[in-house]
Amino acid sequence: MSDRIVFEDVSKFYGEVLGVNRVSLSIPPGITTLVGPNGSGKTTIMNLMTGLIQPSTGTLSVLGLTPADANEFFTAVGYCAQFDFFPRGITGWQFVLDSLMLHGIEAQMARDLAVEAIDRVQLGEAASRKVAGYSKGMRQKIRLAQAIAHHPRVLVLDEPLNGLDPMARAESIALFEELGRQGMHVVISSHILDEVDRISDRVILITGGYLVAEGNIHEVRREVHEKPMQVLIRCDRPEVLASKMFSINHCVEARLHADGKGVFLRTADIDQFYSMLNGIAAEGLVKIDAVAPADDDANAIYQYLIGTEGAAS
Amino acid sequence: MTQAARGSFRQFVAQHPWGLWWTQMVRLTRIELRRNLFSWKAGWIYFLAFVPTFILLIHLVFSHHRDFAIGDDTNILAGIIQLYYIRLGVFFGCLGIFSRLIRGEMIERSLHFYLLSPVRREVLLLAKFAAGSISASLLFVSATLANFALVYAGFGAAGSDYVFNGPGLGQLESYLTIIVLACLGYGAVFLLFSMMFRNPTPAAMLFLGWEIINPVLPSLLQRLSVASYLRHLMPITVGAQGIFALLTVQTESVSGWVATVGLLVLIAAVLAYSCYRIRTLEIRYSTD
Repeated sequence: MSDRIVFEDVSKFYGEVLGVNRVSLSIPPGITTLVGPNGSGKTTIMNLMTGLIQPSTGTLSVLGLTPADANEFFTAVGYCAQFDFFPRGITGWQFVLDSLMLHGIEAQMARDLAVEAIDRVQLGEAASRKVAGYSKGMRQKIRLAQAIAHHPRVLVLDEPLNGLDPMARAESIALFEELGRQGMHVVISSHILDEVDRISDRVILITGGYLVAEGNIHEVRREVHEKPMQVLIRCDRPEVLASKMFSINHCVEARLHADGKGVFLRTADIDQFYSMLNGIAAEGLVKIDAVAPADDDANAIYQYLIGTEGAAS
Repeated sequence: MTQAARGSFRQFVAQHPWGLWWTQMVRLTRIELRRNLFSWKAGWIYFLAFVPTFILLIHLVFSHHRDFAIGDDTNILAGIIQLYYIRLGVFFGCLGIFSRLIRGEMIERSLHFYLLSPVRREVLLLAKFAAGSISASLLFVSATLANFALVYAGFGAAGSDYVFNGPGLGQLESYLTIIVLACLGYGAVFLLFSMMFRNPTPAAMLFLGWEIINPVLPSLLQRLSVASYLRHLMPITVGAQGIFALLTVQTESVSGWVATVGLLVLIAAVLAYSCYRIRTLEIRYSTD
């Protein structure tokens, strides 16, 4: 059995409206984040992945399974959709338990799994109340509990951090990281780029229904050749370092850090840049304390590849 | 059913490849029954089912029953079944119950939870149909039983004699069969409509029109009507007059079992097509 989520030339049209166009993906285990502006096709990709919609052309499979094999497929996949609606009059507990009962497992085991899932999202006593009276964050949590309750191998989460307070957000991120470490596929769509950075093993950038880039954040950044990389160097004499780098004609831009104890340098060839930096450090001209990429994150990649026009909100 | 019998039945089910489908169907049906029968939105369906019961109760309390009027009241009961329940009560009750099962869930944006469960879509559809049919049958069969009891209760010993020593129980059996078949027939049609149309009500009105004009259509087309099959099962023919004549079906004479099998075949065909449709059903709440 394949351990990947595979899209082969998948397109989806809603009548005349393009959902996604000719998307090919091969997603390995770990945390993968879909990033793109509103209407870019993130939810379409997730709905295709989980069989809520069918591709107009192309084929896709999740761990070698397709939604046509509902029993196997949905035992392996959990989807926390963005739709903030629930069956009428239901309590949180009943919502999770009903879902588990449909797996055909014994009633006692279903109850145990429901308790475990509700504990995991830390919903506590609120689970016995009707969902209609929940806050947005609680509804988000109970949907997450329902998606993870049956221990899926693939977890698809559409904007799972929306509506959560900072504490709940941190708890959810910790949970996603734990699931990712366990070897699960965790596919997340998110607008919160700082958090994408923290938790993602890889990103998929999409805009206007087209796949823009896919891969590890650092690899994707390196592929963006037309935007020289920016590096922050913490040192005792930043102006000297900047001047030295310009003199060997390797920097395209230099900017002093606000605290005067560092400099942002832009370079078109990062490998050569690091080698020269080592040389300068060896000369003893400048005492270098720290070196870190300054635009090697999801936010920068987003800005470079998608731009501010459709900026993530 | 005893505990031991339940246990051995479970074992029997678990040994078969379709055991999981059966378990899922039973559980889905339970969930749906809870939602169909115990919600405020179902109030008007209770109203449709029990309006005649309420009227018959008033009749029982305030009218004098004379033995020779048993025949008249028997005709009235037949009229209630044929003209009210089959044409209006069960028809609109099933429209309410079965439309909600798919379309209602789309409007409430909760259908995706079912489509994301590890249940074949055909099993999901059949479970929803079973739950709708049980809900509708439970309400309308209860109402029919109550109506029957109220009609004959006022006649005392004569009424009891008519029921237990006369044709009463046979007629009750026919009425109950008709009501259950009506629930299954209309249910299958409205379940299909709820997948085909954003608003199934106009289609249901057209279907009601079709049911009304069906008797004047060629006999082949008459087979595509639920009410025409049920008409053959009526133990008493009601000769309606005036506007009610429009609601009375006059079809070729067919034996009871042929009508029953014919209707069951029609239901099976509609369900088979619904199963085909649900396989390609997409969740696009924004456009639904």
